[in-house]
This record gives sequence, structure tokens and C-alpha cells, in this order.
Amino acid sequence: MSIRYVLGRLLFFFVVVWAGITLIFFLPRLAPGRDPVRERLGMMAAMGGMNAENVERLAQAYEAKFGLDLPLWQQYLNYMSDIARFNLGYSLAKFPTRVIDIIGPALPWTISLLTVATVLAFLLGSLLGGLIAWDGAPPILRFLLPPLFTFSAIPYYLLGLILIYLFAFKLKWFPLTGGSQILTMPSVSFSYLLELIYHSILPALSIVLASIGFWALSMRGMMITVEGEDYVTLAEAKGLPSGRVFLWYAMRNALLPQTTALALSLGTILSGSLLVEIMFGYPGIGSALFIAITGFDYFVIYGIVFMIVVTIALATLILDLIYPLLDPRIRYQEN
Amino acid sequence: MDNVLYHIRRNGMLTAGFVALFLMIALWFIGYMTVDVKQAAPLSARPDLPPSREFLLGTDSAGRNMLAVMVIGAPATLQIGLIAGALGTIVGTILGFTAGYFGGIVDSVIRSIADVGLTVPALAVLVVIASVITTTLSPEILALIIAGLAWMFPTRTIRSQVLTMRERAYVEVARLNGLNNLEIIFKELMPNLLPYLAASFVGAVSAAVLAAIGLEALGLGPQSEPTLGMTIYWARYYNGLPRGMWWWWAPPLLIIIMLFIALFMISAGLDEIANPRARRTT
Repeated sequence: MSIRYVLGRLLFFFVVVWAGITLIFFLPRLAPGRDPVRERLGMMAAMGGMNAENVERLAQAYEAKFGLDLPLWQQYLNYMSDIARFNLGYSLAKFPTRVIDIIGPALPWTISLLTVATVLAFLLGSLLGGLIAWDGAPPILRFLLPPLFTFSAIPYYLLGLILIYLFAFKLKWFPLTGGSQILTMPSVSFSYLLELIYHSILPALSIVLASIGFWALSMRGMMITVEGEDYVTLAEAKGLPSGRVFLWYAMRNALLPQTTALALSLGTILSGSLLVEIMFGYPGIGSALFIAITGFDYFVIYGIVFMIVVTIALATLILDLIYPLLDPRIRYQEN
Repeated sequence: MDNVLYHIRRNGMLTAGFVALFLMIALWFIGYMTVDVKQAAPLSARPDLPPSREFLLGTDSAGRNMLAVMVIGAPATLQIGLIAGALGTIVGTILGFTAGYFGGIVDSVIRSIADVGLTVPALAVLVVIASVITTTLSPEILALIIAGLAWMFPTRTIRSQVLTMRERAYVEVARLNGLNNLEIIFKELMPNLLPYLAASFVGAVSAAVLAAIGLEALGLGPQSEPTLGMTIYWARYYNGLPRGMWWWWAPPLLIIIMLFIALFMISAGLDEIANPRARRTT
């Protein structure tokens, strides 16, 4: 892997993060004559109540950095330097709480659910798609195509809603909402782990079911192209076992474009799973975003959007750096 | 034209998609003719009624006739998709052709912007915009906001198609015959890419509807307009699901799913025409 390639991908990472920050800063300020944060602060000050003093402090801090008397570029620089130090500000709804303290506890939930579900869907879907296209595979698999097709057209969270109704509300096999029982204290124990898994089966299932078809369909397309290649014909002519040709000659090469597709659809997958979290009341980033939106908690909204952008940019960077290791053609061409 | 008709006849996917879409429109029309759409407003019937002969899809907790809500909501949702999808495809076509055909620095700039834009999740950007103007959001404005991001994917895919077409022999022949760039684009490239552009458009409509109902699930949709996504949002907000009021959230959900499947089939069918290699796969 050449230095140039790595530097190029790193540059892309920073440009994406910078673009995200810039959008978060400028988009709300495009609304003519309105600053939602200031309005919200004004409303909170007018309501007075228990922490009028805190609101006052918050408003002063905001004015100092983003006051109308400051030129826009100064505000922008202030914002950038805050973000660079991961200072995302305070929650407007639960004032003394910092935004980072709202995002922090929610992050592991989202990351574990998302990683497990995406990896499962990607591997199962690719394997299934490969088998459907492979001549030596049982023909029964082909009947899976129409349902896979249908599921892949349904947004994750709508499928989640159906699953909640069937398996949680009607059959009562799974809990209706939440990431664990309300009364259980988190602990490092086997029973707590089981409880966590029990609560995440339905959310994970809705992501897996809805995305497995996508991977299967694109893998099937790739396999059909690969199957016609000379090296597959040669491997078959050599008399290699069918399973070996399938895995090491056909699948391995067809998986490369799949990895590119994975990098490209990370954003869609993440957005979809955030919405799934809301449907299930799963205590991750998605639910935190939902609570922030209903409470007009702008700093939390912007903080979460920033985290989403950074996460996606990082995941894309990692996939981009892994890709040359998978595909020797890229590795050598760059040298 | 004969060629296109031939494909429609033998292209099962495309036919099924159009039939599904047509059925939905027909159903909607029957509903529109028979239901009093004024009952889509709150307080027009007794709340929380299960489906009955009088209210075929029951009523919600605000006393809306759900059938009337569906008749109003389905076209409102589709409209968001059509506006955003059309704008996205038009802008994407212009930029894609410019970048792919002329290349050079223009290409680099357009491609970089689209690449960065595609990496930043659309929903995240939409949340930032919508959270500022949520109180005054109408379906049309929502469509325009979504259109602001809907051009990037078409731009990139159309660009790569143009890139491969530009080098073909018939383009070379056209150039030797003295056609100028615009003539080549409109007379030689466009007609060849039409099925592809159509597939792009359907894909963009579908993506726009997905973005719209995603925002609506977050409560960032038009507050006073009963689009399908907002109906599901309100059903969840007022606990329609644990209260067993399936007639509140299931009909909009089914309509959305049917719409997605129909659009998916049409786009896959068009893809088959645009990309003959895919034809082998059936």
C-alpha cells in the first residue's frame, strides 16, 4: 500500500469531517433572521423556574462565542476550535449535563447493535447470494429470492414496527421496548448479558432481515459475472472440489465489489438503524437524537450529528485502508 | 419505441412494478371518489373506533377517519418523492454529463463534492435543517430540502456511465462527422442513456420517500399535514401500538411498503433494459 494512497484516504477523512462541521454550523444560520438556539435560550429564561441562573450562564457563554456582534467567520472559528477539542457544549434540556455525557453512554449500545447486525447481514447475505447464483448449489435456495427481494425494499424501521407488533405485542415473546429491564442495574454478569441479548434480538433482526436481501442481490449479480471468468473455468477443469472453487475462486473475487458497496452504504445503514432504535426505545444514539429533537435540545442534536459524521468517516477510512489488503490489484498498481 | 414495448412485454419485473403502481393509484381513486376527505381533519368522528362498516379503517385518537387520512396522505408522501426525485435526477444528469463528458478540473470538482456529500449521511444533514424550521415545514418545503441532497447519487452514477460511453466508436464517428459537443450529448449519448436515466429517477424517488419518512419518524415532518410517515409518527407518539390500534399504523405502513416494492421492481426492470448484462440473471 503506497503512502500516497494512505495520505489520500486520510485527507478524504478530514475533508468529510470538516464538511460535516461546516454544514452543522452554517445550515441552521441560513434560516432568515432566526437563531433557534437563542430563541430557545430566551424561552428558557422567560420561563425562569428552578435554574434561571444556569440559563443565564449558558446564555452568556453562548453570546461570548456566537454573539451577533461577532463576525460570522469569528463564530465559525470559535465553533471549529470547540469541536476540535470535542467540546460539544451543554444540553439545553438537562442543563448541567454536557452533550458528551449524553452521547457517551449511548454510543456502546448503537455500536454493538449496528456492528453485530451489519456483519451478520453482510456475511449471510453475501453467502446466500453467492449460493443462489452458483450452479452447484441446492435449487431450493432460489425460492428465497422473492422474499429477500421484498424485504430489501422495506425500510428497516418499518420492518421493526411489524416485528414489534407480531413478536412483542401479539405473541409476547420479546419485550416491547428498552435495552434492558428498567429495574436491573448494569453489571458484568452472565445473566445481565443474556438480558441485553434478549432485548436486542428484535432490533437486530429487523436490521438483518431488511438488509440481507440487498447483499444477496448484489452478490448474486457479481457471482454471475465471476462465474464466466477464465480462472473459474480453469479451476473447474483442473478438477478442484466444487466447494473449493466456490469459496476460494468465485466468492473471494466477487466479495471485493461487495466491500466497496459496504463502504458506500454505511451512511444508509447507520441512519436506518438509528430509526430502528427509536422504534424499539433502544437506549442508543438514535433514541438520544429523538429525545433531543422532541425537546428542541439543539446542542445535543448538533453533537449527535457531528458524532454520526465522524463515525461514518472513520468507518469509511478503515474500510478504504483494508481494501488494498483484500485486493492485490490495487496493492500493486499503487506501487 | 418498438424496442421499449418489446422489453416491457418480456420484462416481468417492470410489468409487475407498473401493475402494482397502477393498482395503488386505482385504489386511491376509488377512495377519493367515495370518502369525504374532510374527515381527515381531527374531531370529525368519534376517536379510537376500530374498523367498522361506517369507518372502514377506523378512527385515530384525534377523531380522524383513517380512510380519509390515507386518501390525503398517500399522494402527499408520493409528491415529496416525485418533487425531490425529479429535481435530484435533473441536477444529477446535468452535473453527471458535464463531469463525465468534459472531464478535467470540472470533473474533479464535481466528483469530489459528490463523494464527500455521499459519505456524510443524508439523514444527519436533513435533521440539522429540519430541526430549525420544523414549525413551518410543509410537504413541498420538505421535498425541496431533500432535493438538496438527492442529486449526488445520480450525479456519480450518470458520470460513470457517460465516462464509458464517451469512448465508444459511435461517439467518435459522430465527432468526425462534425457534430459539436452539445449535439453529441443530446443526439448520441442521451438516447442511449434514457433507460438508465429513468432507472435513476425511480431510484431517486424511492430514496427521497425513504428520507422523508425517516425524518417524519424523528418527528421532523410537516406537523399539520397527514402524510403517511407523520401518521405512523403520531400513532407511535400516542401509543397506538401498545393500545392495540393496528388500524392506525398498519395501513400507512402497508402503503409505504407497497410503494417501495413497486418502485423497486420498476427500477430493477429498467435496469435490466439499461444494462443487458443483468438480463442473464433471470
